[in-house]
Parts: sequence; structure tokens; C-alpha cells
Amino acid sequence: MSLSNQGVQEHKADSGVYLGGPEKGRVAQVLREIKLKRHGYMLLAPYFVLFFVFTAFPVLMAFGLSFTNFNILEPPSFVGWENYANLFIKDEVFLIALKNTLLFAAVTGPLSYIACFFLAWLINELSPGIRSVITLLFYAPSISGNVYLIWQVAFSGDSFGYINAFLMKWGFILEPIQWLQDPKYMLIIIMLVQLWLSLGTAFLAFIAGLQGMDMSLIEAGAIDGIRNRWQELWFITLPSLRPMLMFGAVMQITSSFAVADVATNMVGFPSPQYAGHTIVTHLNDYGSIRFEMGYASAIAAVLFIMMLGSNLIVQKLLKKVGD
Amino acid sequence: MKWTIQWRWRRQKKLNRSFSMDLVLFFILAGAGLFMAVPFVFMISTALKPLDELFLFPPTFFVRSPTLDNFYDLGLIFSNTWVPLSRYMFNTIFVALTGTVGHVILASMAAYPLAKLRLPGGNVLFMIVVLSLMFAPQVTAIPNYLTVSWLGLLDSYWALIFPAIATSLGLFLMKQFMEQIPDALIEAAKIDGASEFRIFWSIVMPMVKPAWLTLIIFSFKGLWGTGSGGQGASFVYSEQLKTMDYAFSQILAGGFYRSGPMAAAALIMMLVPVLIFILTQSSVIQTMSTSGLKD
Repeated sequence: MSLSNQGVQEHKADSGVYLGGPEKGRVAQVLREIKLKRHGYMLLAPYFVLFFVFTAFPVLMAFGLSFTNFNILEPPSFVGWENYANLFIKDEVFLIALKNTLLFAAVTGPLSYIACFFLAWLINELSPGIRSVITLLFYAPSISGNVYLIWQVAFSGDSFGYINAFLMKWGFILEPIQWLQDPKYMLIIIMLVQLWLSLGTAFLAFIAGLQGMDMSLIEAGAIDGIRNRWQELWFITLPSLRPMLMFGAVMQITSSFAVADVATNMVGFPSPQYAGHTIVTHLNDYGSIRFEMGYASAIAAVLFIMMLGSNLIVQKLLKKVGD
Repeated sequence: MKWTIQWRWRRQKKLNRSFSMDLVLFFILAGAGLFMAVPFVFMISTALKPLDELFLFPPTFFVRSPTLDNFYDLGLIFSNTWVPLSRYMFNTIFVALTGTVGHVILASMAAYPLAKLRLPGGNVLFMIVVLSLMFAPQVTAIPNYLTVSWLGLLDSYWALIFPAIATSLGLFLMKQFMEQIPDALIEAAKIDGASEFRIFWSIVMPMVKPAWLTLIIFSFKGLWGTGSGGQGASFVYSEQLKTMDYAFSQILAGGFYRSGPMAAAALIMMLVPVLIFILTQSSVIQTMSTSGLKD
């Protein structure tokens, strides 16, 4: 390892000297290095074969298919931008899905991100034993699979539903509200459940980051005139956690655009007046029910651009934290 | 006088903290804790309620005479289904175990050269992995369906397992964690004549135990609840290959009187991942401390 690295460095230092063909020498050097480290590539191979087949290459495939009309039975036929045009002009249900998805992303995304950080920050002050119990309690919903279905029982539309019974008992309402059938409430309830589920990987990353913080920074800050916890948070904690903040943002943004299972299981599919319809449920509709793969791929491509775009923008913004 | 002394002492001990703000934040934390805990209490309570208590008006939050009837009913619901519950259980366990083991081993194998061997092209590969964290697996569902069907894997366990092995979060976390291993250790082994595989297996792997425990919980939680979502439902359509959470998700469709067995099923389903997390929590936190994205 060290020997080969030295080789590379020496070569880099030398490469200017070989005026005859630095490019050729460099290619040969890289090839030699590849050959020398072939065992490394052999270790990489099994994972990356699967990764490219199932994660990376499919993105390109989705973009390719989005320009075709493809129903699996017949070979795909090229249709240009027609799928995209239909999506944004003809498909009113897609526009509802787009609106709902953007609402989720704009409300649950930032809210869950702030909650992840703020709660991790609060927990950090507790003693280790209590801290790990509360971490478990907050993290549990996101690993408990179908447990969120219990919300369905709580919001049940008849008077046996807990929310209805509670409100009726105290006289707020006279008759049960159809929480999960009424488009007025559906979106808010899905958001609530989504928030309950959202203290996931990012939350753990923040806890870890806060625990690993260099305490001498805070002491130094106190000497430099930091008076209260909010100043400490803004001037010391947030900037030194920037890598975690960026990682956590990726996790929360990606999942806030992908709301689907909760919506489908809580309010059904299709939901009344499509009030719980999201881009992913629309995608599932065309992909696995109607088998219009070209059209579904166009939906996936739009989703991909939205996710990647907002991730990259937020990464840019987070680089400015505490500057 | 005594009070002020204590007060001063307290302030000295905790930098930049005021008692009144401590109190406010405590109530915020308590409120959040209540919001997170109530559904669980509610679920356990519902799971233990006898049928007549489920239909009490006004409903009671806590169970009065707890019973295990709902667990028995859960068994009863599945006693006359065409596919027995044990088969669903086997499917879930097989898919979750195979997928998790595959993911942990393959992702660690790939993480080691990326973290430690400075391969030509390694940074590009890792950048692609980081980019792939920025979109959800739903984006690739359609191409994956086609790929799986071309490979002839449709309607088999592998249709669920292979895509799960290829998830990128595990590789990312493992690579970040492996970067902490001192180069000197690996170089020493190399001088002793150990092969790259041997170094990976007998030096690196034992040192990254916290990271593989983390990959286990992340991969397992994904696979454990995989069958009822969009992908699970369309990649595997034979009833005898469906997973437990798919079977359980059908229970509530039977009506409100089934909310007892549903809560019982949810309780069973959450026990395993939660138990794994309890056992691995400190390792997970340790791994996540290296998870930051560098500028």
C-alpha cells in the first residue's frame, strides 16, 4: 500500500520530466495501478454489479423509457416529449398529486428535519441512561413497520374512534367526523402520521454528532462572550455539525418526497377526490396497475429531478450555516 | 444565601444554561415524548382489550381487563386461510435474513477498497453512491420491475432480496466508518504478506463491528416491512411467497371489529426490529458519528 502510493507520488513528481509523452506515461501508470490493486476491484465488484443493475442504471433506463410508449407486451415505441406533455397538460390527477407531494415536501420535510435536530439537541443534555431510553422511544416508530395503522383505529370514522369519542364526550362535535374519508382532513392526518414516523436515520446522526462534539469549543466560546444556549447553538454547535446536518437533510428530503405507503394505507387508494394522492401513488397506479411503463417512467423522472434538485439546493444552502 | 450558592454552583457546572429555559425545554421534550408514546400505549392497550371493551362508548384509553384473546383471534383468522401463517412468517424471515446478510457482507467488501485502497475511479464510484442517497427507491421501481422480469426473478424471493442488497445507505455508512481505521495497521499486515482479502476479513471486519450492526438494523427494518408496499406487492404476486406484513395489512380490511387482532399483529411485527435496535443502539450511534457528508 505505502509502496504503491509512493510510486504514484514519485511518478507525479517526475511526470514533468518525461517530456516525451507525459500523457502516455500517465495512462500506463494508472493501468499499472489498477493491475496492482486488482484485488480491490474484485472486492468491489459483487456489490457494484448489483448497485448498477438495481440502483444506478435504472435511473438512466427510466429517463430512456419516459420518451416511449411501452406496455411490456409490445416493444417500446418512441414518442418524444408526449408523456411529459400529457403529464403537465392533460393529466389533472397528476397535478393534484404534484400539489400534494410539494405540500408534503414543504411541510413535513422542514418540520421533520427541525424536529430531528431540535429533539436530538434536547436529548443530548440528559444523562446517558435516560437518553438511550428516549432515543429508543423517538426512533421506534420509524422501524416498527405497520404500527402506524393504529392511527387508523384512532381516527376511525364512527363514534368508536378515539378522536371522535373524545371530541364528542367533551362536546366539541355532536356527531362523528369521517376523518379518513373527508378530503378536508386527510392531508393533515397523513402529515401528522408522517411526522410521527420521521425521526429516523437523520435523528440518529444528529444524536451521534452532538455526542461527539468537542466540548472545549463550547468552553472557548463562553470565554469569547457567548452568553446563552441559543448563541451557543448558532455560533458553535450548528457549524461544527455541518456534515451531519447535510447528511440528515438528504435523508429527510428524500423521504418527504416519497410519501406513499402511509397515504395508501391510511386513506385508501384511490383516495376520495384524490386528496391523499401523491406522485408515488400516481407512479404505482400507472406502473403496477395500468402497466403504462413509459408514462410511469416519465412520472419517475419528474420525481427524480425534484428529489435530486431540492437535495442539491439544500446542500448549497447548508454550506452557509454559521458563516 | 444557601440557595444562591447552590445556584452559582449549578451555573458553573452547566455553561450557558438558565433554569427557566431548562424548564421550558423540558416541557417541549415531554410534549414530544407524549406524542411519540401515545400511539404505542394505545396499540398495546388495544391489543390486550377483549372484544366488548373495543366497542365500549365512550372508548377507554387503557385496557380494564387485559386478555390475550386478540392474539388467539389472530391465529384463528389465519387458521382457515389458504396459506398458513407459518408460511408468511418463513417468507419474511428468509427474505429479511438473506437480504441483510448479503447486504452487510457485499457492502463491507465494497466499502473497504473505497475507504482504504485509493483505487483509480474509486472517488467517482463513491460520488455516484452519495448521489443515489438523494432519490428514493420508488424512482427505480419500473426499471427494476423490468430487470427482475428479464432475469426471470419475478415472483421469487430474489425479486425482493437483490434490490435490497444494492441499497446505498449501508455502503455509505460502512465506508465512512472504515476511514477511521489507521492505515498503519493495514500496511503492517501487508508487510507480513497478508492478501487483500485476508486483511479485509480478519483485520478490517472485526474492527468495524459497530458499523455492521448498524447495517444490520437498517437493512433488516427495510426488509422486515417490505411486502405490503408498492414494490413488494408487484414484484411478488403468488400468495405463498407473500410476507407477513402483507398478510397482516389485510386484517384491518375485515372491519373495525378486527382492530384488536390488528393491534396484536402490529405488536408482534414491531417487536423484532425494536429488539434489535435496543441491542445495537450504542453501536448505531457510534457508526452514525462518522456519517457526515463532507463539503
